[in-house]
Amino acid sequence: MYKVVIGLEVHCELETKSKNFSSAPNLFTMTPNINVATVDLGLPGILPVVNREACYKALKTAMALNCSNPSEIMFDRKNYFYPDLPKGYQITQVTKPMGVNGYLDILVNGKTKRVLIHQLHLEEDTASLEHNSNFSLIDYNRSGIPLIEIVTEPCIESAEEAVCFLEDLRDVFLFLDVSEAKSNYGQMRCDVNISLMKEGSNELGTKVEMKNINAFNSVRDAIEYEIKRQSEILDKGEKVVQETRRIGEDGKTYSMRKKVDAVDYKYFVEPNIPKIPLSKEYLDSIRKEIPMLKLERYKLYQEKYGLSEYDAGVLAKDKKISDYFNIVVENSNDSSIALNFVTTSVLSTLNKLSITIDEFPVKALSIAKLTSLVHDKKISLDHGKKILYKAIKEEKDPIDLIKEDHLEQINDEDKLLNIIKEVMDNNPEQVRQYVEDGNTFVYNYFVGQVMKTTKRQANPNMSLEIIKKELERRKSDGK
Amino acid sequence: MDYKHKSIKELKEMLDKNEVTSEELFKEANTLAHSTEEGNYFVTIIDKYRKRAKEDTLINGIPYALKDNFSTSGILTTASSNILKDYVPVYDATVYKRLKDAGAVLVGKTTLDELAMGGTGTTAHTGIVFNPHDKKRLIGGSSAGSAAAVAAGIIPFAIGSDTGDSIRKPASFGGVVGFKPTYGRISRYGLFAFASSLDHVGLFSRNVEDTAIVTDIIKGNDPKDMTSLKDDNLCYLEHIHDSIKGRKLFYIKEIVDEEIYQDEDIKKTIRTFKELMEKLKKEGFLIEEASIDEKLLKAIYPVYMTISCAEATSNNANLTGIQFGSRKDGKDINEVMFNARTLGFSELIKRRFVLGSYILQKENQEKLFLNSLRVRRLIVDKINELFKEFDGMILPASGSVAPLITDDVKSEKLDPKATVLENHMAIANFGGFPSITLPMYYHNGLPVGVNLTGRVREDSLVLNMAQKIEDVIGIKNKVAGDDDV
Repeated sequence: MYKVVIGLEVHCELETKSKNFSSAPNLFTMTPNINVATVDLGLPGILPVVNREACYKALKTAMALNCSNPSEIMFDRKNYFYPDLPKGYQITQVTKPMGVNGYLDILVNGKTKRVLIHQLHLEEDTASLEHNSNFSLIDYNRSGIPLIEIVTEPCIESAEEAVCFLEDLRDVFLFLDVSEAKSNYGQMRCDVNISLMKEGSNELGTKVEMKNINAFNSVRDAIEYEIKRQSEILDKGEKVVQETRRIGEDGKTYSMRKKVDAVDYKYFVEPNIPKIPLSKEYLDSIRKEIPMLKLERYKLYQEKYGLSEYDAGVLAKDKKISDYFNIVVENSNDSSIALNFVTTSVLSTLNKLSITIDEFPVKALSIAKLTSLVHDKKISLDHGKKILYKAIKEEKDPIDLIKEDHLEQINDEDKLLNIIKEVMDNNPEQVRQYVEDGNTFVYNYFVGQVMKTTKRQANPNMSLEIIKKELERRKSDGK
Repeated sequence: MDYKHKSIKELKEMLDKNEVTSEELFKEANTLAHSTEEGNYFVTIIDKYRKRAKEDTLINGIPYALKDNFSTSGILTTASSNILKDYVPVYDATVYKRLKDAGAVLVGKTTLDELAMGGTGTTAHTGIVFNPHDKKRLIGGSSAGSAAAVAAGIIPFAIGSDTGDSIRKPASFGGVVGFKPTYGRISRYGLFAFASSLDHVGLFSRNVEDTAIVTDIIKGNDPKDMTSLKDDNLCYLEHIHDSIKGRKLFYIKEIVDEEIYQDEDIKKTIRTFKELMEKLKKEGFLIEEASIDEKLLKAIYPVYMTISCAEATSNNANLTGIQFGSRKDGKDINEVMFNARTLGFSELIKRRFVLGSYILQKENQEKLFLNSLRVRRLIVDKINELFKEFDGMILPASGSVAPLITDDVKSEKLDPKATVLENHMAIANFGGFPSITLPMYYHNGLPVGVNLTGRVREDSLVLNMAQKIEDVIGIKNKVAGDDDV
């Protein structure tokens, strides 16, 4: 058996109005070469202007990943020739990344695993190339799009952990609202470094690198295939070759190039961007904007509200649903009724109507009020749900509906007594059955009649008590 | 009519009085440019008169030239390199846009040392730029064409760029004023980068006042250049005649010690310089001798070469023929880039790129590049320390007159006689100091300049002091061929 050592380098495009160093729009489009400024083409004489929003989002992500931040923002040049790199260098961060020495706690099969983050830095994306049989095309739309690169320590030990990390990392991006992180658009992609070492040994094995994998499932396939491939090589007593491999559509990996020497990128400080000091106040203001992340919410729901692992998982997974639930539960006086309303009525409606929580017609605060009314027994649970569905259907506030239709529960004893008296007067046969035969089955009959007369507004428990008393009174009167 | 000796102010007055039209000035400049074509001052001469001004300015209607490394939309811009010989930019450099908006009329794009990397004016793809004072001599570079065109009287001012002394040295050899303000005072947006941390935009004119007039137009913050300074909201022209009484200058003893030079011409320059110091003292300047460790002074040139070559290698990595410029065939993408660069650059440029690449290599970076940055810092710190007491540093801009064009000069062979004397002006690029060269004297009819460098951001004071020095020397508005030199 071998111990698997995996490190990931994850690239994620940031969602910003414009590109990282130019004013061209940062938008995904299928039409090539329309979101392009002179800067993105690397024309002679151009100068970079740093995108404030990109820095903000990169710093925010670094903080959310528990990294320490630098005292100033600065950039470096990574020099190499490639047709997708118009300037002949990429502006990136080496000297002072946006964050270093962080971590992300993830859940793998119910256990918490801490994935250590080596660093997070901000850089620019390259143009994209399309190779044809005897020519290649360059699309500069992607050139200069802000990209964060997150490098983990080699602390991941299985395909399962790697995929969990990627999923949770994507959720971090979504929770922070820094990127849509769509891997099918190439907005999130990943390099995998993997080596195998003998169990009990301290010596790292030879590293194999797999570049630019978009889909998380492909990451899983590639890792599993590599573990198998490298194990077989080591079992035979042979040596793993240090190389870069790519993943094929069949889930197998194929050698791309053997690594002779590491490329020397001749990094140096970007002279066109002055150092930008980061004040404590500015960093604190970013920190304040970081919402509670998935795992914290998951734990909180279980500990504070006693939710099951399953329910906590469902609610914590999506930030907007979780935020919605938080408003409901924080403003309701009954967390279990709140949970019931959100997980059954709200989520099922989203599914049924194929809408997002943003499009859901009923406000969280209204649901909170509704659940409080149920808790206070002002309305029954059943009744509350019916009002909610009516509110969804008519896109109205359920509290308004209650008022409009006088749907509030009748809890007034005198009022109920008058109704009950009227019902009994109209049903002498059932009164007789009780008075003469002592038949208690008529209780339910009268409750039913009262509910029918009041369009279910009557408080059923109170009604029953009053019915019992009234029947008893009539029995003694009749004697 | 001859407009060669007119200052911008005089030309503007004539325009306002309708004694001449802007188009006539343009045509005169155009004719002169064509009649001096054997001097190789221009890469492109513009034959069609075009003027555009949003409001009246002091340079409205005045002809001028731009160094051919400023991006001009729709106008060929070659940086005097074969790799860009057909490159027509799609956008305007900020300095060009400001001049256009102010109504200045572009007469042509001037020749430079290839990619501005050189100090001789002999390495352009269109040939050697000759000194209008003497065709056997060079004008110096890299802003060779701009210096020569102003020295020849074709135009009253021209824009250049200055990375080591690329404006201020040819100004000395051309007998004109050459000024580069504080780093960031004029936007670099659209200037083809050579060494970004050292590159400055500046200009040539034939008197200090004209330099102030043009600087007032082209200076100012530019959101497209993150290194550009905040506006100083000063009109330099208004302060040009301020009193300089009590202003303190220093010169560096180790550079102007007559004893260390054997060359008679250099000795003559130094004597003239010392005489000038005495005259300046009489006019109210306080001038003292300062001493700087020779080791630091001797490091100026190697430090300059190390940093500039390193940055240049990276800055010019966009020249692959892929996005723009001359594309060459090849069997794959790498070969296309390889061939474009092999055929597109001269040997001198390739030598600098190889040097730059070597300097930046992982195993050499600490020793060569980072140490150079440290020495640069030491030199700047030393000058800043002196600037606590002094308002400016004054030195000869060159050891003597413009050199003859020889093979040694063309191949950038160093003159061991006066390495420090010839290269000290790079100090102003290291520290971003405002620095100006103006004519000091004529030796056998050939000019030699004096250089004044001031504190960062004190461009106005440097021009103010330079105006006084010009008054004391008494040389201005001269062009090549004048009898009285």
